[in-house]
Amino acid sequence: MYRYDDFDRQLLAERTAQFRDQVARRISGELTEDQFKPLRLMNGVYLQLHAYMLRVAVPYGTMNGEQMRKLGYIARTYDKGYGHFTTRQNIQYNWPKLNEIPDALADLATVEMHAIQTSGNCIRNTTTDQYAGAAADEIEDPRPYCELIRQWSTFHPEFTYLPRKFKIAVTGSPNDRAAVRVHDIGLRMHKNDAGETGFEVIVGGGLGRTPFVGKTVRDFIGKNDLFSYLEAILRVYNRFGRRDNKYKARIKILVHEVGVDEIRRLVEEEWSKIRDGSLRVSDDEIAQYIAQFAPPAFEELQANDPEFERRKQAHPDFAAWVRSNVIAHKQPGYAIANISLKPIGGIPGDATADQMELVGDLADQYSFGDVRVTHEQNLVLPHVKKADLFALWAELNSALLATANLGFVTDIIACPGLDYCALATARSIPLSQRISERFGDLERQYDIGELKIKISGCINACGHHHVGHIGILGLDKRGKEFYQITLGGDASQDASIGKIAGAGFSEAEVVDAIEALITRYIDIRTVGERFIDTYRRVGMDPFKEVLYGDR
Amino acid sequence: MAIVKNDSVIENEWVTLDDESSIPESGTNVLVSLGRFKAERDSLIARNGGLGVLLVPGDAPEDLAEDIDRFSLIAVKFPAYTDGRGYSYGRVLRERYGYAGEMRAVGDVLRDQILYMHRCGFDAYELSDDDETALEKVRAALRDMTVYYQPTGDGRATAGSLRDRRRAVLDDATS
Repeated sequence: MYRYDDFDRQLLAERTAQFRDQVARRISGELTEDQFKPLRLMNGVYLQLHAYMLRVAVPYGTMNGEQMRKLGYIARTYDKGYGHFTTRQNIQYNWPKLNEIPDALADLATVEMHAIQTSGNCIRNTTTDQYAGAAADEIEDPRPYCELIRQWSTFHPEFTYLPRKFKIAVTGSPNDRAAVRVHDIGLRMHKNDAGETGFEVIVGGGLGRTPFVGKTVRDFIGKNDLFSYLEAILRVYNRFGRRDNKYKARIKILVHEVGVDEIRRLVEEEWSKIRDGSLRVSDDEIAQYIAQFAPPAFEELQANDPEFERRKQAHPDFAAWVRSNVIAHKQPGYAIANISLKPIGGIPGDATADQMELVGDLADQYSFGDVRVTHEQNLVLPHVKKADLFALWAELNSALLATANLGFVTDIIACPGLDYCALATARSIPLSQRISERFGDLERQYDIGELKIKISGCINACGHHHVGHIGILGLDKRGKEFYQITLGGDASQDASIGKIAGAGFSEAEVVDAIEALITRYIDIRTVGERFIDTYRRVGMDPFKEVLYGDR
Repeated sequence: MAIVKNDSVIENEWVTLDDESSIPESGTNVLVSLGRFKAERDSLIARNGGLGVLLVPGDAPEDLAEDIDRFSLIAVKFPAYTDGRGYSYGRVLRERYGYAGEMRAVGDVLRDQILYMHRCGFDAYELSDDDETALEKVRAALRDMTVYYQPTGDGRATAGSLRDRRRAVLDDATS
């Protein structure tokens, strides 16, 4: 894992002092709320419905055990004892006091963490595959490039006042777990004909009120050229992105309006002028970053552990958890353990201070001090010996962290919604809790199979409803919440935007509607077919029929 | 209103012309829009007196490339601090076309953006403060940070280049 050196530490210390001064100027009245707003937004401090919210960055979703424990400490010290992991692989605290935020940031800085660029119209936290460095299907670990992107984008002087926020995601695996096709820039690692590893560059994907799957501007960019190419895209966007309408300001609208061919022409022309400049990264420098993410000291183990097999036989609950939450590791004898933050009836992505501290300890004990946050709002211990899985599971289970539902119908993504958010038009969390309770029975979930439900409490789509196999969008209709259902969305390498099924449902009706959809799917699926596969085969009509009958 | 350049407050020695007013006789420094420069290029470059251009968002800095050495002032307008196009214009003018004269940020120029402007090639800032406050703000802003990750044309060493240098020294010491 990347560790800060003195330059990184110095920069963070300066930033922490700078923000403390800005907060002091606000509290003294020297700055009005209007003048303070852009400054706090550059540092992840939002004003929500009831309080300020602090969003802390987890760069590319990777932390060590100490950092995870510190997040727990922050939750206990400055919040109400919990935090909320987000679809940006970050964590949000919903109840900090403004005058205490500088202290919270100073505490975070002691473990090399911060809130830099977790909001504002700048390049946001770069996200990636939560299984990076562990996944069996990986071409190459994407994190060295994510770290280089982190540095390049941190306080980039030219790109801090972009038309709108800008999100970059990277996948090092052909099975895209980072949703790169629905980001402003998606980078997909692959090998060219010469056998070199580089990136397909996808631009203009995004969700929000106008969802688009991104388009490829370049099939292959070499690693040395990645940063000058990113700079060229950002410069084109900064110069030509729309600034007349906040809702048309993302790069996806520019790509849509002028066309991907014109974007490609502009980017290539700009790049031709800077490609040989100081952003070219040498092989040496890349090698140093790859070394920072060298694999941990894995033991030479047999692929199968007999004790592990015996434990599964003896403990059906453990076996169920292994089946749903544990996936293959590239190193024989190791496994990737997913920690669900979706207990039945719970709030998606929430974790208590105690849970965070425990996960930090478990990361140190069982996973080489490595813990990840997923964009689906769960946690991961990426490098666990199969022989340790039972002990790990037992500890997780005692802390209510062993729900065996990864990828199933209760593994719901939901935004904070009207319970917290000033933009929301409806609540998301209570609905996700009711769906979770309705389908809480694990055997029923396993029968239904992989099914991704994603809930947004407004059209801005923070809950990614456009790419849910079943998406739910909460709206306000004459003072009452109602929920619009979309079907057929997908954030994977087969990315697609869901289609609206029809008229929305009241809060009282919507869970029944979801159940009706699932019942219809079970009735018409063929063997081995997931919900999304069935939908793609049969289309909308059979599902519309159960929702609306002859209506 | 105060203009800060090179750690001091300077007098504004430029007359900003709108597109209709007549061009003064020689000796006066004039600042014109890009449109007027393009329309009256020949007469503007023929006259005696400083020539400056005011770029506003949407203008193409490429339009100045051929004549870049003729300007002794390029002012870039930030109509609102949130409009960041001027940062790109600054870098293109300095780094691509080698502009060496004064580059002045005008408009909604605030303390917390000045360091970014400086990194993008600006060397003068027009603030809507009194002289003393303006100077204090610019000084404070340029002191905020000392570590920079991105190479720009401002000549500041980046963290990456300093790491390389340190590594080279260490390699020398151990070889």
